[in-house]
Amino acid sequence: MKEHNSFLKGIIDGMPICLGYLSVAFAFGIFSVDSGLAIWETLLISMTNVTSAGQLAAVPIIVGGGTLIELAVAQLVINLRYALMSVSLSQKLGKSINLLDRFIIAFVNTDEVFAVASEKDGTVGKKYMFGLILMPYLGWSIGTLVGAAAGNILPAAVVSALGIAIYGMFVAIVVPVMKTNRRCLVCVLFAIALSCAFRYLPYLSAVPSGFTVIICAVAASALFAVIAPVKIEEGEENA
Amino acid sequence: MHSFPIYLLVMAGITYLIRMLPLVLIKKKIKNKFLISFLYYIPYTVLAVMTVPAIFYSTESSVSAAVGFAVAVVLALCKRSLLTVAALSSVAVFAVEWIMTLVR
Repeated sequence: MKEHNSFLKGIIDGMPICLGYLSVAFAFGIFSVDSGLAIWETLLISMTNVTSAGQLAAVPIIVGGGTLIELAVAQLVINLRYALMSVSLSQKLGKSINLLDRFIIAFVNTDEVFAVASEKDGTVGKKYMFGLILMPYLGWSIGTLVGAAAGNILPAAVVSALGIAIYGMFVAIVVPVMKTNRRCLVCVLFAIALSCAFRYLPYLSAVPSGFTVIICAVAASALFAVIAPVKIEEGEENA
Repeated sequence: MHSFPIYLLVMAGITYLIRMLPLVLIKKKIKNKFLISFLYYIPYTVLAVMTVPAIFYSTESSVSAAVGFAVAVVLALCKRSLLTVAALSSVAVFAVEWIMTLVR
């Protein structure tokens, strides 16, 4: 079986991810500092987590002085998808990758890195994977730093406009799947209805935002896992 | 309320364990149909729940945010890249808010 193991090819494949991360991380940097965290705190979050949705959910919890349980459970549920990606990726890694390499690769196994690695035929090697994760990691870190540091000197109108960028990326991930997959469409609409209920209805709106994400996503996903289970191949391809 | 390093340790630790444990420990494929289905839906429901209705409060005005959201959905339906969708929805917000300052 073919093993992709060129460092340069990894760098090249990682460039589009890097560019995408620059802008989204930039928006996260602005959002985080705007929410009340320091520049160095914001940068450390990005450099140690490398996860857009999880970080976005964590900032209000940290700023609001939330409990560690709330933070931990929010990260667990929001980032649970990485567990399946890591399981899938472990089948994809070639013989050149040892145990230590797995510890390193796991650190930057993002949605996009996973997607690119999965698309390769055969297996992916150590050099290729290190090249692939390098640029996105740099893009995520540098973008965050620039956003956090320069967000203050940008005009308010630009900051406001960039506030939507990270959500725009989420829309770009979810909507195409809703278009082609009817079960996913209904499931996501149900989750959104729950989310709106927790935002606007009395009593429900008192639930902390970290838990709202967990409750709505788990409820909708579990319900549809029962009433509309996916084929095993489908789950692997699209996860 | 805890100190920042404690929060950082918890979130980074949990996130890393989620990614690291399966990659290091699990070699067999998951066979449980419910679990596979649940994990299949999770990324989309999580992102959707985080986006709606929060996206409408992500800019200076709900009007500009709604337009930015609409632009993002249309571009996503056309299967544009993450970068394109994120950038152009920002541009749309900027344009709408600029027009609103002219009208005011």
